Amino acid sequence: MEVQTLTYIFVTGSFGLYIGIAIWSRAASTDEFYVAGGGVHPIANGMATAADWMSAASFISMAGIIAFMGYDGTVYLMGWTGGYVLLALLLAPYLRKFGEFTVPDFIGARYYSNGARVVAVICLIVVSFTYVAGQMRGVGIVFSQFLNVPILWGVIIGMAVVFFYAVLGGMKGITYTQVAQYCVLIFAYLVPAIFISLLITDIPIPQFGLGAEVNDGSGLTVLEKLDRTLVELGFGPYTDGSKDMIDVFAITLALMIGTAGLPHVIVRFFTVPSVSDARLSAGYALFFIALLYTTAPAVGAFARLNFIDTIHDTAYQEVDPWFKRWEDIGLVSWVDKNGDGKIQYAPGAAFIGSPSFDDDRGPRGERVVINERNDNTNEVYVDRDIMVLANPEIAALPGWVIALVAAGGLAAALSTAAGLLLVISASVSHDLLKKTLARGISEREELFYARIAAATAIVIAGYLGINPPGFVAQVVAFAFGLAAASLFPAILLGIFSKSTTKEGAISGMLVGLVGTFCYIAYFKFVAPESNNADHWWFGISPEGIGAVGAALNFATALIVSRFSGPVPASVTAMVDTIRIPAGVEKPHDH
Amino acid sequence: MTDDDNDGGRAKAYWRSNIRLMSVLLVIWFTVSFGFGILLVEPLNRIPFFGFKTGFWWAQQGSIYVFIILIFVYARLMKRLDRKYGVDDDEA
Repeated sequence: MEVQTLTYIFVTGSFGLYIGIAIWSRAASTDEFYVAGGGVHPIANGMATAADWMSAASFISMAGIIAFMGYDGTVYLMGWTGGYVLLALLLAPYLRKFGEFTVPDFIGARYYSNGARVVAVICLIVVSFTYVAGQMRGVGIVFSQFLNVPILWGVIIGMAVVFFYAVLGGMKGITYTQVAQYCVLIFAYLVPAIFISLLITDIPIPQFGLGAEVNDGSGLTVLEKLDRTLVELGFGPYTDGSKDMIDVFAITLALMIGTAGLPHVIVRFFTVPSVSDARLSAGYALFFIALLYTTAPAVGAFARLNFIDTIHDTAYQEVDPWFKRWEDIGLVSWVDKNGDGKIQYAPGAAFIGSPSFDDDRGPRGERVVINERNDNTNEVYVDRDIMVLANPEIAALPGWVIALVAAGGLAAALSTAAGLLLVISASVSHDLLKKTLARGISEREELFYARIAAATAIVIAGYLGINPPGFVAQVVAFAFGLAAASLFPAILLGIFSKSTTKEGAISGMLVGLVGTFCYIAYFKFVAPESNNADHWWFGISPEGIGAVGAALNFATALIVSRFSGPVPASVTAMVDTIRIPAGVEKPHDH
Repeated sequence: MTDDDNDGGRAKAYWRSNIRLMSVLLVIWFTVSFGFGILLVEPLNRIPFFGFKTGFWWAQQGSIYVFIILIFVYARLMKRLDRKYGVDDDEA
């Protein structure tokens, strides 16, 4: 059967499954809509959290980023897993004991102030929309590349599916579809990884294959061969970094505390039955995440080796068909600078910017790129995102594996999008309406508004996916930096320091939020030409500044709290209660 | 919790034990990730480890395995602590 037919079957089949689950698990009350009734088994919640967390970026982009960054890719691997330790030890159990519906709920109650609640809602909405736009875009890309559906229709189909199960099912529907989506995405990730590991090292487990000898008789291990090949081509060795140590440190820290502060991840721990289940569930979540995250560095290294092997010094006319297929959609391209008809791969960008193509074909049949050439010997442009998507083709794997990858990419994007849309809708209907603007609405009305908010959020997300603001890729730094600098310190202090006052928390959040926002905005938008280590504070890039923002938030909150207060006795009593697991309630209606 | 002195004292002792356990685990968390994976990566890289450079392995594999173990260890030891102090969530 053709790859395209198989892809249609896999994608339609998986969508049918998600919709079926949504119908079976419709939400009937607000606590089912917001937190799935608080009765999700910790292992199921672990899987759902893993799917929620692993986005189109984890599935499609991460291995490609590692392939081209080598050691520096570590910031994502440790940064996006280490946060779960913080979450499990410092936040999840206590927030579960608190037992309400949303993150702003906790901030509002602990800091006895609707002002604090509204600041938290703003942080949450900025962070979540930044993220969700990227997911819808990912859906569009997978549709257009595997199914020849225009991006517009791809996004609309994705919106319709998410609409169906998020609006109908709420958290309950989302939880059980996410369990299914985790299974689809992890299978789709591991199968090609195992194939490729076998192909290169004869060892089926990619985590071990990465340290094994290449089976080409050279006696070199994968990483030795990669280091040697790259150095021969003029790159730095794969296993050494090129970023400054302080920047690697700051980015890793910012991603870790950003992860622990992301509202759509935190609320997943509101859905388990008890405090000890919340701790355990974080462990399962990280286990399920680590299956992908420890495989990704292997996939990245194999892909880089394969990529160099198949294209470097190969005549364009003889290159593997995958190269031409991805050239047709503009994600790889070749400019024959020395006119020898062969593809040469070397450090540096072959030309300025991403490729713009002429309608004509060049002398060897390649697409003609009109960008201004850079003065180096590199002739290849490659979009990092293709490494995972094209890997099965590059390694000549069977058609069903390629079809599987398409279904996996969609599962990753849809599960994350749904989780994000839910926290947006909950914070609007619950925190803004029920708790602030329209107190006293009934549960039915609140549920109705929650569905309207979810539907509206989907439409906005879809619009952003179809017309992505040019800066989507750049604003990812915002999502983590802002979550790290605003929400995480406020929640942590709320649990561990009884003397933090509302003045302290609000000023801390604002200092963290505004400081981080300005630093990122300055280097990304105001003065992008000075975005380099010479101008950064202490050599910390905008990606890592969230760590500094969090430190500023802590410092401000602690100092201001000394000069304000006292914290009402009812609030310190509440802190005492959430520190003790006994007496946990199912999220109640109020 | 009630205002009972005994209960208050017990809650304090429970919280202190929790903080102590947490601090130990967080020191390990920091050592394997920021320590082995970043600050000490260069000296560790001079030592080979099953086909990897040791520092590189900690950064891209080892630290993640330790993270998982840390969470499960915390969950288990806390359960024990919860029972010892009678604040377990199983008790209705």
